[in-house]
Amino acid sequence: MAYVPLADQDHEQEMHHPHSWVTKYVWSQDHKVIAIQYGGTAVLVGLVALVLSLLMRMQLGFPGTFDLIDPSAYYQSVTMHGMIMVVYMLTALLLGGFGNYMVPLMIGARDMVFPFLNMLSFWFYLLSVVILMASFFVGGGPTGAGWTLYPPQATLAGTPGSDMGIVLMLLSLFVFIVAFTMGGLNYVTTILQYRTRGMTLMRLPLTIWGIFVATVLGLFAFPALLVSAIMMLFDTLLGTSFFMPAIIESGTPMDYDGGSPILFQHLFWFFGHPEVYIVALPAFGLVSDVISTHARKNIFGYRMMVWAIIAIGGLSFIVWAHHMYVSGMNPYFGFFFATTTLIIAVPTALKVYNWVLTLWEGDIRLNAPMYFAIGFIFTFIHGGLTGLFLGNVVIDLPLSDTYFVVAHFHMVMGVSPVLVIFASIYHWFPKVSGRMYHEGMAKAHFWITFLGTYAIYLPMHYLGFLGVPRRYYAIGETDFIPASAQTLNESITIAALIVGAAQLIFLFNMLWSLRNGAKADPNPWNSASLEWQTPDTPPVHGNWGDKLPTVYRWAYDYSVPGAKHDFIPQDMAEEDVEMEDGSTGSTATGA
Amino acid sequence: MSLFKQITEKPWERKGIIGGLKAEGTFDVPSERVALTFFLIAASIVFSLFGVSYYIRMELPDWLPIAEPTALWFNTGLLIASSVLFQVSRNIVGNGKSKNVLLAFFGGGVFAALFVFAQLQTWDELQAAGVYLSSNPAADFYFLLTGLHALHVAGGLYVWLKCVFRMVTGAEPQAQRLSIELCTVYWHFLLIVWLVMFAVLANT
Repeated sequence: MAYVPLADQDHEQEMHHPHSWVTKYVWSQDHKVIAIQYGGTAVLVGLVALVLSLLMRMQLGFPGTFDLIDPSAYYQSVTMHGMIMVVYMLTALLLGGFGNYMVPLMIGARDMVFPFLNMLSFWFYLLSVVILMASFFVGGGPTGAGWTLYPPQATLAGTPGSDMGIVLMLLSLFVFIVAFTMGGLNYVTTILQYRTRGMTLMRLPLTIWGIFVATVLGLFAFPALLVSAIMMLFDTLLGTSFFMPAIIESGTPMDYDGGSPILFQHLFWFFGHPEVYIVALPAFGLVSDVISTHARKNIFGYRMMVWAIIAIGGLSFIVWAHHMYVSGMNPYFGFFFATTTLIIAVPTALKVYNWVLTLWEGDIRLNAPMYFAIGFIFTFIHGGLTGLFLGNVVIDLPLSDTYFVVAHFHMVMGVSPVLVIFASIYHWFPKVSGRMYHEGMAKAHFWITFLGTYAIYLPMHYLGFLGVPRRYYAIGETDFIPASAQTLNESITIAALIVGAAQLIFLFNMLWSLRNGAKADPNPWNSASLEWQTPDTPPVHGNWGDKLPTVYRWAYDYSVPGAKHDFIPQDMAEEDVEMEDGSTGSTATGA
Repeated sequence: MSLFKQITEKPWERKGIIGGLKAEGTFDVPSERVALTFFLIAASIVFSLFGVSYYIRMELPDWLPIAEPTALWFNTGLLIASSVLFQVSRNIVGNGKSKNVLLAFFGGGVFAALFVFAQLQTWDELQAAGVYLSSNPAADFYFLLTGLHALHVAGGLYVWLKCVFRMVTGAEPQAQRLSIELCTVYWHFLLIVWLVMFAVLANT
């Protein structure tokens, strides 16, 4: 059957037209509404995780002062904070939120290919969040096994939440993966098949490339989590021994025999490492577009940026065991994974150089999105450099169970993507809401968050060098940890509380600006990419009015020599471009 | 334009509409086919990882091989028949004809349903022989893998049922061509997965 591209179909896409408030805003099949539902839920659940992290910090900074944080509550906070932030906040916000909003608008489509599946994806995601949150209210509370859920300890008495908590966690992950698969198939298919006239793959903004490759990674990596969750559920509920070894509990042998906990670790990290890039690649894409727009320059090395995203995506599947150096492995194995880990730094560094070179001699507009984007370059370089340390087996072994690792992964995949998310929310807020945010509040939010980040995580590197172990409820008295470590811990906690509170500025700014912000221009940043060229702001159902846009150029025609304006929208034909000498004409530089 | 050519383009050099006045999907097939392909890759990763786990677990000392039910050979025949009938229905609509499409398509699903039923029968048979879930790791994998595969067949049967319903209530088989094609592709995939899985399970 011959395939008829969307833009050439007689009636274009058959739109699902909402008839009531409920179908418009609740059971909505519009990608923009679904994006906001996804994003809003992710932010809310992220706030829960933020509060949990503050509870942990209060215990670490001032041990024993707060009665409500006993060892069980501490480990439950650690676990839930980690899992929520990585999966339910970052993944959902970047792909479910930004992915849903940006994909159809940036490629010039009216909606996703499968709007109904898209709607289901959100509701399954919401269900997974509800299941996860329910674990706070069951007997024994949520699981405290650590976000990696390693067996056998995850399911044994003594670990908090080893009865219902762990079961709900695994069920919730299962439902999340179903939700992600439905959403992911949509993003991939939409990007491949629904691009408008003239929108070739290499004219896509880097945001779309990041989302595309991250989604493919997700579709190929989440199966590993699914497999491990299923087998662990069987072990927990049905008494099988896939992962559970022979165990003697209080003198009595348990029913388990011969399972392999290391097998779980391999499966978990076969998902877990690509997951880092599922979060990082959309962030790389978004930040590239923010930097290019506000530096008024085309992104440096566009093709290299695309290929780097693809290369990072491919390599991310062969580095997983660097999370398991301390679990023990054949030295040749360790050598292999250390090598691949260091190789992945090459395309990653290439991207960093290209961001910096995009800024070089740019006509930089220092507004809030740009602040956060530049802040990201700092935190990402710092987090990336410590990754080079930890990627080496011999350096990782002594540092692995210390705060050095906590500092590393929070800089590289905690703070960095979050800074990009803030940059992107500020950058696209005018298009999404039709209002401008308050610049002063946004900049205050930036400085407290950015400096606070360093006040929190920089000292953790030193704690790590001192050998302060991570995952401990309290350090207690030791010979090798000086008393000053506790002082440092106090200052980290105070910084964390301040940064946590500063996020209220962000929330207030968003809510206040929704009602009271100045009316936004359709294209306040003079951006060239397609999503800013919609006939309505915010874009209405169907996005493009009567006719889909036609694309004549890439998304980065900024400061084109000879052109009158410093940007040329993607949908502007060559003959319509105004030149400095008053003529209209050709800006093409090559064949 | 080939995929390689597309991603080696220099977008800053070429202006204007590339590829003429028509929009181009990356692949010249319906979107549903693209989505199904990605889904099948993801599903094969799920099955492959179970396979890898199976071999890793098999190396451990407590592994006790179980005798696979001989009925599996018969069940394999059922699934092959199902796949063949789906292919027949696909060939008929592919040639632009409609005669016997519903018969072949319906028959394919019936054989698949029989397969699921027969697979569940082997569970009873094993349990009657004293092989339970959690009795030993080989049995654990047997129940887990056959169950997961049967679930995938059942999921396909849901789509099959919807398509059969549409045709019974008067839809032209030609209008169902895409559904029939995709069902056929999915069934061939399930057959391949089953053949590999059968080989893996038998290799204890």
